[in-house]
Amino acid sequence: MVNGLNLAFQYLQQFSVLVLAAVGLAIIFGIMGVINLAHGEFIMVGAYATVFGYHDLGLPLLASMGLAVVVTAAFGFVVERLLIKRTYGRLFDSMVVTLGLSLVLSQGMLVLRGTSEPSIPTPFGTITYGAFSQSLYKVALALVAVGVLAVVYWLFTQTAYGVRARATIQNEEMSRALGVTTERVYSQTFAIGSALAGLTGALLAPLVSVNPTMGGTYLVKSFVVVVVGGPSVVLGTGLSGGLLGAVDAGVTYFYDQTMGSIVLLVVTVFVIRFFQDGITGFVERARDRLAAEGA
Amino acid sequence: MADDHALAGLGERFEGPNTVGSGRGFWVALAVAAAALFAYPSLTSIYQATQLSRYLVAAFLALSLAFVWGYAGILSFGQNAFYGLAAYAFAVTVGNLASPLGTTAAAAVAVGFGALASLVLGYFMFYGGVRDVYVTITTLVVTVVLNTYGTTASQVFVGSVNLGGDTGVGISDVVLGAGPVTVTLVQPLTYYVIAGLLVATYLGLRVFVNSDFGRVMVAIREDEDRAEMFGYDVKFRKLVVFTIGGGLAGLGGVLYMFQSYSVTPETVFSAAAAALPVVWVSVGGRKTLLGPIIAAVAIEWVRTAAAVQFPEVARIGVGLLMIVSILLLPEGAVPGVRSVYGYFDRHGLVDGSRRATERVRHTLRRTLLGWLPGAENGPEVARE
Repeated sequence: MVNGLNLAFQYLQQFSVLVLAAVGLAIIFGIMGVINLAHGEFIMVGAYATVFGYHDLGLPLLASMGLAVVVTAAFGFVVERLLIKRTYGRLFDSMVVTLGLSLVLSQGMLVLRGTSEPSIPTPFGTITYGAFSQSLYKVALALVAVGVLAVVYWLFTQTAYGVRARATIQNEEMSRALGVTTERVYSQTFAIGSALAGLTGALLAPLVSVNPTMGGTYLVKSFVVVVVGGPSVVLGTGLSGGLLGAVDAGVTYFYDQTMGSIVLLVVTVFVIRFFQDGITGFVERARDRLAAEGA
Repeated sequence: MADDHALAGLGERFEGPNTVGSGRGFWVALAVAAAALFAYPSLTSIYQATQLSRYLVAAFLALSLAFVWGYAGILSFGQNAFYGLAAYAFAVTVGNLASPLGTTAAAAVAVGFGALASLVLGYFMFYGGVRDVYVTITTLVVTVVLNTYGTTASQVFVGSVNLGGDTGVGISDVVLGAGPVTVTLVQPLTYYVIAGLLVATYLGLRVFVNSDFGRVMVAIREDEDRAEMFGYDVKFRKLVVFTIGGGLAGLGGVLYMFQSYSVTPETVFSAAAAALPVVWVSVGGRKTLLGPIIAAVAIEWVRTAAAVQFPEVARIGVGLLMIVSILLLPEGAVPGVRSVYGYFDRHGLVDGSRRATERVRHTLRRTLLGWLPGAENGPEVARE
């Protein structure tokens, strides 16, 4: 029997995971044109930092999550200075370098900490209805995901950094001529994207099993959302997270998780084929057409 | 005289701007290397020949990626997927048609399946206007789908063969033939077959990339829009290249089955498996054919040895190799060796080494200072 409430919770979780995992990648890809194949491993680093803070340092959960964000942002900053900076304008090379980094990170973490981590209890308790119970944390996660999108929107439209970043996307040379240090914009962007990956890992740590290979799952998920979303970071990530979350949750609910992932990926291949610029590209074209008709 | 002329005419087809190595010296060296390759089993042991034949199979995969990425600019994370699909197709066909003729047919079917899979995917991508990184992402996504499906398909039967999920599909032996004539492929015969096909494939690809079609491939790699403006059908050419690449990978997959007898999703569809060909090709030099072959054999050799000694560190080594090779040798090792040779050829040994140390010192200083934020142009400014 279809249980609407269970399906809704499933949807909330898929939506939040997709949006959170993708937003950092979308920012880095959108502004720097760099595809960070180690993004999943950055999420993994965030999750590990949370577990480390919570269990090894004995910090409260919220502080551990804060620690994770700071650690991942700093890590991203260093990676950008050491590696990514050297591959600007060489798109394929940046993919190879970050793929290498992802192997080093996941395997390095395995050597360092072994195959599994102690779990973190899920906060906020549960809601029980009939024979089912669901964690309220999933609701909180969805709220945070929407909140993150709002903060990113604010960051890019209301702050000096946002103006510089958007100028850099539109015309890098002109921005430099007008005094924007594009190198610094890139550096900050990568750190912000990494911080968001760290936040994702931190938020997922109480919900999933933290292990060195967890990055792979989230990398594919975040890719899919970015590609389907298209060029607009906030709108694209929100819409495609909403759409793909529904696909994933629906298929997972009626079949199983593997089928859910497969259908998700097949949908993505179709979107790449028919809508090169994803949902937002489609929306933009429709808007332009309407505007042209109105004029 | 007449012979020389004929040889020169023959040589022309194998030489050109798109491949490394030309002239009598190079061909003599290559002949010596090929002779050593064929003498290897009788000089060492069957065990060592078996090991080397595994690394030679990797070279097919490396050649297939070098062909599509290095020559036509299509970075594909799907070459190992075509390789895996062909290996699965071979195992499934052999399982269903258990006869020497069936096995021979299976080899052809499997190579064709690799080519067909890349033809379908390529048609979908190139004629759908998918370009650049989106091609790379699409191929990666396809590989991930195959991995997800492969690991869970534990009760999926094709004919009478179970795809086996994580454990994959196996065959018992490879007996080729037709009617009364049969050959059982065992080592070192398998080794000779693989080595012979590798040499033939290498020479064939040399002719291909130096042909007119090869020149257009390079033009597409350098500037797709410009090639299109010149009137070339870029989509069609990319599709041809991608299909040949898939067929080559498929050949590698069949040869893999010839000597491993079993295939699992982990060995052909996993992310680590998708990364390896990219490592071989970028380390060896993607714009060459010889570099990827040498790199594939050398890296697999070291990686296998390392995996026995320190299994955990081997993958870290692969990752580090990818990073270091792209940052320090963006063109790969073989072009690097060639330019070092050219450098000393121009400057002489003594003067050349003095200049080289000076340059290394300068580069190191710039690199180290470049790591500090805000010091991007430090040394250059100081010099001026």
